[in-house]
Amino acid sequence: MKEKLLSIKEAAMAALSAPDCDIEAIRVQYLGKKGELTAVLRGMGALTPEERPIIGQMANDVRAEIEEAIAKMGEAAKSALIEKKLREEKLDVTQPGIPVSVGHKHLLAKVQHDLEDIFIGMGFTIAEGPEVEYDYYNFQALNIPPDHPARDTQDTFYITDNILLRSQTSPVQARVMENTEPPIRIISPGRVYRSDAVDATHSPLFHQMEGLVVDKGITMGDLKGTLEIFARHLFGEDTKVRFRPHHFPFTEPSAEVDLSCFACGGKGCRLCKGEGWIEILGAGMVHPNVLRCCGIDPEVYSGFAFGLGVERAALLKYHIDDMRLLYENDVRFLSQF
Amino acid sequence: MKLSMNWLSDFTDVKDVDIKAYCDRMTDTGSKVEGYETLAEDISGVVCGHVLSVEKHPDADKLVVCSVDIGRDAPVQIVTAATNVTPGAVVPVATDGSHLPGGVKIKKGKLRGVVSEGMFCSIAELGLTLHDMPGAIEDGILILGDCGLGDIAPGTDMKEALLLTDNVVEFEITSNRPDCLSVIGLGRESAVSFDRDFTVKAPEVKHIDDGDTVENHIKVDIKAPDLCYRYSAAVVKNVRIKPSPLWLRMRLRASGVRPINNIVDITNYVMLEYGQPMHAFDYACLEGKHIIVRRAEDNEEYVTLDNIKHNLNTDMLVIADEKKPVALAGVMGGANSGISDSTVKVVFESAVFNGGNVRRSAKALGMRTESSSRFEKGLDAEGTMNALKRACELVNLLDAGDVVADFIDCYPEKKEAFKMELCPETINTFLGTDMTEEFMKDTLCKLAFEVDGNTITVPSFRDDVRCMNDVAEEVIRIYGYNSIVSTGFSSGLAEGGRTEMQKYALDAEEALVGMGADQIETFSFISPKYYDKIRLAADDPRRKSVVIMNPLGEDTSVMRTTALPSILEVLALNYNRKNRDVFLFELGSVYLPKGDDELPDEPRRITLGLLDYTKDQLGFYRMKGYIEALLDRMGVRGVSYKANSDESAFHPGRCASVMVDGKCIGVFGELHPETADNYGFGNVRVLAAELDFDMMFELRFTDMGYTPLPKYPALERDFSFVCEEALEAGSIEACIKKAGGAVLESAKLFDVYRGPQVGEGKKSLSFEVKLRAADKTLSDSEADTVVEKILGKISEEFGIELRK
Repeated sequence: MKEKLLSIKEAAMAALSAPDCDIEAIRVQYLGKKGELTAVLRGMGALTPEERPIIGQMANDVRAEIEEAIAKMGEAAKSALIEKKLREEKLDVTQPGIPVSVGHKHLLAKVQHDLEDIFIGMGFTIAEGPEVEYDYYNFQALNIPPDHPARDTQDTFYITDNILLRSQTSPVQARVMENTEPPIRIISPGRVYRSDAVDATHSPLFHQMEGLVVDKGITMGDLKGTLEIFARHLFGEDTKVRFRPHHFPFTEPSAEVDLSCFACGGKGCRLCKGEGWIEILGAGMVHPNVLRCCGIDPEVYSGFAFGLGVERAALLKYHIDDMRLLYENDVRFLSQF
Repeated sequence: MKLSMNWLSDFTDVKDVDIKAYCDRMTDTGSKVEGYETLAEDISGVVCGHVLSVEKHPDADKLVVCSVDIGRDAPVQIVTAATNVTPGAVVPVATDGSHLPGGVKIKKGKLRGVVSEGMFCSIAELGLTLHDMPGAIEDGILILGDCGLGDIAPGTDMKEALLLTDNVVEFEITSNRPDCLSVIGLGRESAVSFDRDFTVKAPEVKHIDDGDTVENHIKVDIKAPDLCYRYSAAVVKNVRIKPSPLWLRMRLRASGVRPINNIVDITNYVMLEYGQPMHAFDYACLEGKHIIVRRAEDNEEYVTLDNIKHNLNTDMLVIADEKKPVALAGVMGGANSGISDSTVKVVFESAVFNGGNVRRSAKALGMRTESSSRFEKGLDAEGTMNALKRACELVNLLDAGDVVADFIDCYPEKKEAFKMELCPETINTFLGTDMTEEFMKDTLCKLAFEVDGNTITVPSFRDDVRCMNDVAEEVIRIYGYNSIVSTGFSSGLAEGGRTEMQKYALDAEEALVGMGADQIETFSFISPKYYDKIRLAADDPRRKSVVIMNPLGEDTSVMRTTALPSILEVLALNYNRKNRDVFLFELGSVYLPKGDDELPDEPRRITLGLLDYTKDQLGFYRMKGYIEALLDRMGVRGVSYKANSDESAFHPGRCASVMVDGKCIGVFGELHPETADNYGFGNVRVLAAELDFDMMFELRFTDMGYTPLPKYPALERDFSFVCEEALEAGSIEACIKKAGGAVLESAKLFDVYRGPQVGEGKKSLSFEVKLRAADKTLSDSEADTVVEKILGKISEEFGIELRK
């Protein structure tokens, strides 16, 4: 019995010392339920009562020794295995990732939302109105009487004699003034329509954003202050604003507003055609006829309005030289923004 | 409006101002400068030469050698091929080192061995035309004597002698300032802008003292005083038609007007100087010694100066004699009464017509002229006589004829002067400035306002000034817009922000971008043929669009009632350009007509479009996945999908309606093969969707609240059923949910199998069902009871059993 135990121990140790041995198989062979050591222990019944404790103790020692050897071997083998795994699983990190498609907002929507956010920060809300509009709101309420040159069918698309595609977002201003007691502080972005053939700088459909402020004591200084904040937000801290007198039927005084060229800082370059300034806005103090027409007393209230072309702002800001790209929607263009 | 600075100096002196500084200041004070041009800038070193002798060239038959006095100590030698140079001729000589238009540089050189110290110039070489230099020839040297300029001394700079030196400033004059479409108007603006004196000399006319008066020749009747406010006229007899003098021609040329002859040039000159269009009739063509200003008759025929025949109507105003129209008032004279070389007597017309009427007539006949574009802005009836007198003064000056005594002046209703109060304080408050009262009054005076205390009289040519704002603009534009100090609103804070709908739209865009879709922007107007392309039935209500009366072309002639064709066009463009990963969306309006005089509804739509190149035919489910994700993200709940075989744009077996609360909020699917063909899609399946964005907003779930996380574990059971192909997974799912009751947390289809194991025409659908109670851990037996109930219900409703 004793000899048997010893020979088991030796055999197990020998097996474990062999290179590339299968530890699990050895464990099963010697210590498993049907293993050799277990078989020996089963034969203990045949021993004398005196021998039993001795042999039992010895068998337990042998088991412990084999187990310990196996445990040691196991740890070493495990780390060898991990190392092997790490070695074999090395990847080429320069291979591209698995694509996740990312969408893009349209440049016009992006610029329009940027513009909106600037004015929302100054306490403006966004007003919307119909694109198919009454002549009254598009023209008459805005101090553009019949036979004004701006009404030429050359410029405006008509649906009937009284209904047209709005040629500006200003009718929204008229509608808001009609329905709202001042103070009013709105912007109205949206699509407008003019009968211009498509080319690099024209489109029969484009986007405008207009602003309107009506309250007691609104001054032309407030208009300048507002547009300066706007200009700095959109084109950078150093942007300067210049006002030039102009004429619009719905504002008086009226101005065209130039921004110092953000490409050259005003020195003159290709973008600003050497002028150092870029014309981008029209603005002015709301004409008293317009206020009156919309039920607001110009003796009590004053206001200012301004408008700009979203396309123009977008093209300028992103140095795009052809407006057609915006409506062509080639994904290679769309995905750049 | 092109302004000759030489001409301007007749009225105000700004010669010391640098031209660029002049332009900048004029723009700042409200007369916008488009640009300026220094005339003859590229000409130098061209002098007057007197040809002393002309000898044959020793070595060339076609050349001659001339000796020319150019005012130097000794004559110079010029070799030329020109044949019209003779001894005694006075000619322009481009000397050695001179420059000519177009970057041409002239150098001393040898022609066939003979030295030539320069070149004689033709009119073209000096940048001139026969209109500028009548008497000259086009294919030879300019012989100055032929143009009445033979007395120029040798050596004189030709730029000076021909009055070519000038600065021309081009202004963009706004429609409210027709008075600035004139040298005098811009002179006044220049004088105010630079604080200079400004004088317009009243014209003085010398009438021929032969006892004859204008009434002997003509009388004028205004039959339509609503359309003609004033008609002034003069008669010039013994007319001597000839070219105008050089100074006048050069001023017209600088202003962009072609010189014709003295009479026509005078009318143009006065129009440019005074802003008042003039017309000259050949008296011989007027029948009955009578000018009648009347409405045209319907279908009255009339041939304009440019020999185009027009049919008039009663909305149009004509100048007629007793038999026929001789001019379309304010637009263009008639071919039957124009000035010719044989004209011996003319009638000058200086009149003011209703601007709107002139504009309508010009537009209706498709001929906007220099004259009509001025009249349509509304001219000053007070100005006709000055202009008429100026024309007659020029007749005297040019010796173009004899001005008959007296003028005709029909002025049915004299225009009242407009007076208003000046309130400097109000203006300063309104602008946010502190201009002095003195500055304001001084500025207004210079702008021809009469100031009497605080009452101001607006000049008759300034109908655009009618209220405080207008006066404020007059003073602030001179004071300087850029002197206004920027301020914030004194009214303080206001609540800004987006409405719920605006936020919702922004969220939807963000959600779709997050899913990988690129946003597009397309035109709202489409071609009516697009409805054919998406195979709309002939009686489909969507074919009834808002139609544009004056479209640019058929392609953009109707307002879209569906946004589907727009996105399909864009998909096709990208497909044709071989772009592969194309997944697009648009959030845009459609336009649904209502009554004839009503505005259409403009609901918004989300359209989605996807090019699916995979071979697995699962494109439909990809699109459905995007829609499910979008609706989930946008709070639209309780969505179900119903097969839809009626949308003709789509594949009848691969199209679904999106249903919420029994309402259809959109349709999506794979394009019908014929639709795909119409757009030229070849080897790709195209998926598209159109969702009603406004309905999504209406139906969205807004009452977002917190649902506690489950405390007890769930039990999961998987079921597979074999059923007929036609049975919809959705109905089994609905049945499971209904039968499962309160403990049924979810039922999801996770596998579909078709193949030999289930047999032809059948499929196996596998669902994962999760059961969970809110208040306890479900026991296996409790779960089994629920499962039995579900299976019983499935068996009862569809007659199908668990797959063995």
